Amino acid sequence: MTRDEIRNAILEIIEFIAPDEDLSELKGDVRIRDQIDLDSMDFLDIIMELRKRYKMQVPEEDYMELSTLDGCVNYLETPLKDA
Amino acid sequence: MNNSNTSTHYDAIIIGGGMSGLAAGIRLSYYDKKILIVEKHFLPGGLNSYYKRKGRIFDVGLHAVTNTFKGKNKQAPMSKLLRQLKIKKEELNLSPQLNSKIHFKNKTLNFSNNFDTLKNEINLNFPDDSKGFEDLNDYILNYNEVSLESVYSSSRSVLSEYIKSPLLIDMLLCPLMYYGSAYEHDMDFSQFAIMFKSIYLEGFSRPKEGVKGIIDKLINKLHDQGGELRYKSGVKRIINKNAKASGVELESGEIITCDQIFSSAGIYETKKLIKECSVFPEQGQLSFVEMIFILDKSPKELGLKDTIIFFNKTDEFCYRKPEKIVDINSGVLCCPNNFDYETELDDGIIRLTYMANYDLWNSLSKEDYKKEKENYMNKAMEQIEVFAPEFRKHIVETDMFTPLTVKKFTGHANGAVYGSPEKIRDGKTELENLYIIGTDQGFLGIIGSMLSGISIANLYGLMKSN
Repeated sequence: MTRDEIRNAILEIIEFIAPDEDLSELKGDVRIRDQIDLDSMDFLDIIMELRKRYKMQVPEEDYMELSTLDGCVNYLETPLKDA
Repeated sequence: MNNSNTSTHYDAIIIGGGMSGLAAGIRLSYYDKKILIVEKHFLPGGLNSYYKRKGRIFDVGLHAVTNTFKGKNKQAPMSKLLRQLKIKKEELNLSPQLNSKIHFKNKTLNFSNNFDTLKNEINLNFPDDSKGFEDLNDYILNYNEVSLESVYSSSRSVLSEYIKSPLLIDMLLCPLMYYGSAYEHDMDFSQFAIMFKSIYLEGFSRPKEGVKGIIDKLINKLHDQGGELRYKSGVKRIINKNAKASGVELESGEIITCDQIFSSAGIYETKKLIKECSVFPEQGQLSFVEMIFILDKSPKELGLKDTIIFFNKTDEFCYRKPEKIVDINSGVLCCPNNFDYETELDDGIIRLTYMANYDLWNSLSKEDYKKEKENYMNKAMEQIEVFAPEFRKHIVETDMFTPLTVKKFTGHANGAVYGSPEKIRDGKTELENLYIIGTDQGFLGIIGSMLSGISIANLYGLMKSN
């Protein structure tokens, strides 16, 4: 997957977890939770969806790196390169 | 799926097919964990269950669903719960209550799903405490009652900082204790805050088809995701070695292995399943009797317009294991008809719940047990006649459960409906992969119990394990 494809895949997951939120203005370098109404349970679900959809393993200590959209793309770029 | 193959290994076994077990099972199976729920009884639901008798379905436990939120409050507990279980609010088909009452000797407070009702009633009946009540409400709104690290603090002492009238303190505690406190006479403040929000700030509702509607929804969800549920499968023992569980042995002798166990059986009850365990927590003592009356008229037509009435007839409200077999001075009367359904229920139903003493019921001979049931059935009818004088003529069917019934169907020691007064918030036990969910984890009410299963499954089943 390209970086753009990964970004879209993540947005798709956020939309699935929080269908009522407007994601069109979501900034890449600001914490996702500071921009839309997500609690810790929703955040966990984003990570779990990544795992479920792309068979990714994300250890708990890496959760922080996934707190922004850019962070997610950076983190996933290598493992999803051939996905 | 082939269950006869004994070599099946599970990612997680969940003990108990009640609300917390089903919720945990749904979470884990949604994220592709191979799970098995083992339920001792032949029906699901645990404390909030149902049974069929002469063609009718009787609810047990649940009088109403708490945490009824209006509109789109994303942070409301029920809202979180539904999101986590991927269930739409409409699917639960909930109808709101009409009006409920805290009915004490010289004072009555009405409350509804609109918090202003209670606020106005307090302004009117306890004008000196109206400011204190608002401050208490602000304090509760900012309180993190679902922290997994919280420790016990006395609700009575927190309440007395805000409210001067001991009567108002008792009245506010009454419904919250009846619907969830395992402590006698007091309650943990974080549990008070959970219940305050779920009952006074959010409110009651009920699916027209009763608790079965909710349970069926959960079970369908579980099965759709490949989660397994086996009935009549009581656990005899949790197999463990070096502080680690490796599976369970069922009453039948069958052994099933797994990586993790989530137990909703209660702390005491779960520890009894660990052979080497010698430290037991305090056992819960609070149990109830409930009388159920099926009527050929609706309660409304007989003069009962309220949804739930919490009553107390003595000067001081005593929430504890009674010295007598049943305490008829205080109780809860519920009219399942009095919710705002689109169409009326077929039968009129009245349920009356009293606190009861397990040990005394347990000591009765078969004959005396029957006699006492009849005796209290009569006393219950006298109580209901206070609210609906003509009701006796309209009874078509009755039933009653006692603390022994609770024990039989929930497995809780002493028939303690709300389990042990000691709760394990973080769900941890002396076995590193055995966790407590449900009543004894400490989130209360039907919504709380499901959130308990979800929180603990998230933390240990999803986050900490890959």
